[in-house]
Amino acid sequence: MAEAMLEAEGLRAGYGPAEILFGVSLRLARGEVAALMGRNGAGKSTTLKAIMGLITPRAGRVRFAGRDIAGLAAFRIARLGLGYVPEDRRIFTDLTVAENLEVGRRPAEGRDAWTPERLFEVFPNLASMRHRHAAAMSGGEQQMLAIARTLMGNPAAVLLDEPSEGLAPVILELMADAVLRMKREGIAVLLSEQNFDFAAAVADRAYVIEKGEIRYDGSMAALEADPALRAQHLSL
Amino acid sequence: MSVEFGFLLVQCLSGLASASSLFIIASGLTLVFGVTRIVNFAHGSFYMLGAYMAVTIVPWLLQIERSPTLFFAGVLISACVVGVLGVLMEILLLRRIYKVPELFQLLATFGVVLMVQDAVLHIWGPLDIAGPRAPGLRHGVMILDQRFPAYDLFLIAAGPVVLGLLWLLMHKTRFGILLRAATRDRDMVGALGVNQALLFTGTLFLGAFLAGLGGALQIPRVSASAQMDLSIITEAFVVTVIGGMGSIGGAFLAALLIGQLQAFGVLIFPKITLVLVFLLMALVLVVKPWGLLGRPENAAGLSALPEGIMQPRGFAAAEKLLVLLAVLAAAAVPIFGDTYAIKVATEVLIFALAAFSLNFLVGNGGIVSFGHAAYFGLGAYASGLLVTKLGMPMEPALIAAPLVGGLFAALFGFFIVRLQGIYLAMLTLAFAQIAYAVCFQWVEVTGGDNGIVGVWPSAWAASHSTYHYIVLVAAGLGIFALRHVIYAPFGASLRAARDSAPRAEAIGIDVRAHRWLGFTIAGAAAGLAGGLYAFSKGSIDPTLLGIPLSVDFLAMILLGGMQTVMGPVLGAAAFHSIKDVFMPLTDHWRFLLGASIIALVLIFPRGLGGAYAALRARLSGGAP
Repeated sequence: MAEAMLEAEGLRAGYGPAEILFGVSLRLARGEVAALMGRNGAGKSTTLKAIMGLITPRAGRVRFAGRDIAGLAAFRIARLGLGYVPEDRRIFTDLTVAENLEVGRRPAEGRDAWTPERLFEVFPNLASMRHRHAAAMSGGEQQMLAIARTLMGNPAAVLLDEPSEGLAPVILELMADAVLRMKREGIAVLLSEQNFDFAAAVADRAYVIEKGEIRYDGSMAALEADPALRAQHLSL
Repeated sequence: MSVEFGFLLVQCLSGLASASSLFIIASGLTLVFGVTRIVNFAHGSFYMLGAYMAVTIVPWLLQIERSPTLFFAGVLISACVVGVLGVLMEILLLRRIYKVPELFQLLATFGVVLMVQDAVLHIWGPLDIAGPRAPGLRHGVMILDQRFPAYDLFLIAAGPVVLGLLWLLMHKTRFGILLRAATRDRDMVGALGVNQALLFTGTLFLGAFLAGLGGALQIPRVSASAQMDLSIITEAFVVTVIGGMGSIGGAFLAALLIGQLQAFGVLIFPKITLVLVFLLMALVLVVKPWGLLGRPENAAGLSALPEGIMQPRGFAAAEKLLVLLAVLAAAAVPIFGDTYAIKVATEVLIFALAAFSLNFLVGNGGIVSFGHAAYFGLGAYASGLLVTKLGMPMEPALIAAPLVGGLFAALFGFFIVRLQGIYLAMLTLAFAQIAYAVCFQWVEVTGGDNGIVGVWPSAWAASHSTYHYIVLVAAGLGIFALRHVIYAPFGASLRAARDSAPRAEAIGIDVRAHRWLGFTIAGAAAGLAGGLYAFSKGSIDPTLLGIPLSVDFLAMILLGGMQTVMGPVLGAAAFHSIKDVFMPLTDHWRFLLGASIIALVLIFPRGLGGAYAALRARLSGGAP
């Protein structure tokens, strides 16, 4: 297996008295796309938030680009090159598209920096609404903006929380293209997903999380090829 | 005709000049709130410090050369010094309290207000200091045969210039864009790699700079004095609330409105300009609960867990004994104590009732009142005025106290309970300031600043001991009754509404009506405490309705622990005894009090009652 870019081991986390994660372990190789799948409340978003430092892990290790990052503040983790796109997008609705991108901008280290122009190639829908306030955008457009905003930080890896949620099929295709484009650019992506078809279209590797623990860890192709395995882990 | 028009024009212009000054100050307050979500009481202190800095620095510079350049250089230097003080406050205090409930934040920043007041008195002395006039702007300009100060014309221009510069900063610089983003969602800004700490420090510099600038620009018009802070902070609060908290454009609009209201209000109702301003605020909030250009609070601005009484439990056997002992001890004070001890004990009982009634609102109802002293003071004035002006005896006057307290609580509460969170707290403050302003300005009836003396009990109750027993019975019954309400279904409904108003509505609780009734009950209890206090002091004065007393009450419930039912009684006893013992010992009691409040918020956020509950849990072997 390729060198791990991001690695979580025995990660435990929760909110207040509620425990959500009971020792989650996963790896993301350089340039790989991995999908973290599971039902509502299984701990997908919590895993991503705990890796990102938005909630403090109670136990376990998180390594990113050769450094221990568990317990660091979110902004420090982001500066190490880990991007995060939240589930509810959290676009700055008072700001224009261009200003939203500006908030995400960070210097690139040793690679071609993302610019608004390059991002508008990836997300052509955004190009025409540069100066529009983000409040006046559709859900799909906001999702694209959220990804573009994170890419402005020139991350080496991106955590993508439920990118397909609530999107129309035609937008879904654009979103899948965007993930594959990120992969081509050498960016590793860990996405949480409930939409199996979407995940299967983009991911190399699959994790299934249930009640705060990883229940399946293997290649996406294997999961896709074996309906019994899929039914065991992902039937609703 | 033209004279009249000229007069009106000049009146309008002077309204614009005040609006400009007010906007410069309020823009800093609203900016700091927008980003940090902290309502900074100390903003008024920054304004005052700006004025003091300027009356120190500017004359020194003018000695070199009396030029406008040096005057305004001095003003800017003063504002920068104040900005640096704002940075200090962010690093030393605010950084530690971003995640605590807003009540604690308000109290902590009020602690800073008290400390700055004493520091200013220590450094600059108690006398007002007049500043120099601005060279080149000392003359008057004739406008339609009316003389108008040239400096005020300059101020009229300064407001829009500051607005324009702020707009450029917020839209054309990376720092400004980050600030605007953080105003909506500061955690997301952090997840994108922005160091929030630096952003917040920068915000405090800018906010304090603007307050300092506002203060420094005032020196040709008003002398620097140690009372500037609280008078400006309420006005600045009103401007930010009317404009919508966090909205700079809203603050500009609101300042314009208030400037004109004051300029023309003074012609029509010379005595009640303050009242007009607060009435405008109440009116705006009823129509637009988030101000003119404000937006509903997003969930990110709210603290995660409700603070307050969770599950009230009855007294255990040992605790019943403790309560009995406490009542016996209070009853024994006149037998064993001297006059001074009786006086302190009587006041402790009165404040215990007031603090209990406040925690009934805050801890049990989640209604953070920043003006609870209003109902205390109105009860005191009701009793005092009935006795001295109408010659009534004590007994009916004491009965009137809770009625008047409750009546005004019902009147003000009708508007207050429509709002939520910080807007609600600001409206309680505004109504309290209206009541204060009326008592302060209606000299013929209330005696104004001096108040009224000769509020004595009836002959049979005149001795300190007898009056102590009257207070013991009245305050004891009041606390007992309120406690009963907390345990009653009504109290549980209030807690349900506190924890989630929509869910409480969904199970059929009329949240607004419950809150209104709760507010009225608490006001009546505070009114009773005020009436009792008037007769124990023998006098009434406007400080009984003032912000400092409201803060004292809040400090009592904080010290006692607002998560506990009986904590406020403990807190009142501890707070009042400590204040009474230490105040005479030092010239710097405000500084000490402020530092204590801050220490309390930082290291002891669950209060004495919370410490007791933790101890009890540990002794019984359960988890704390």
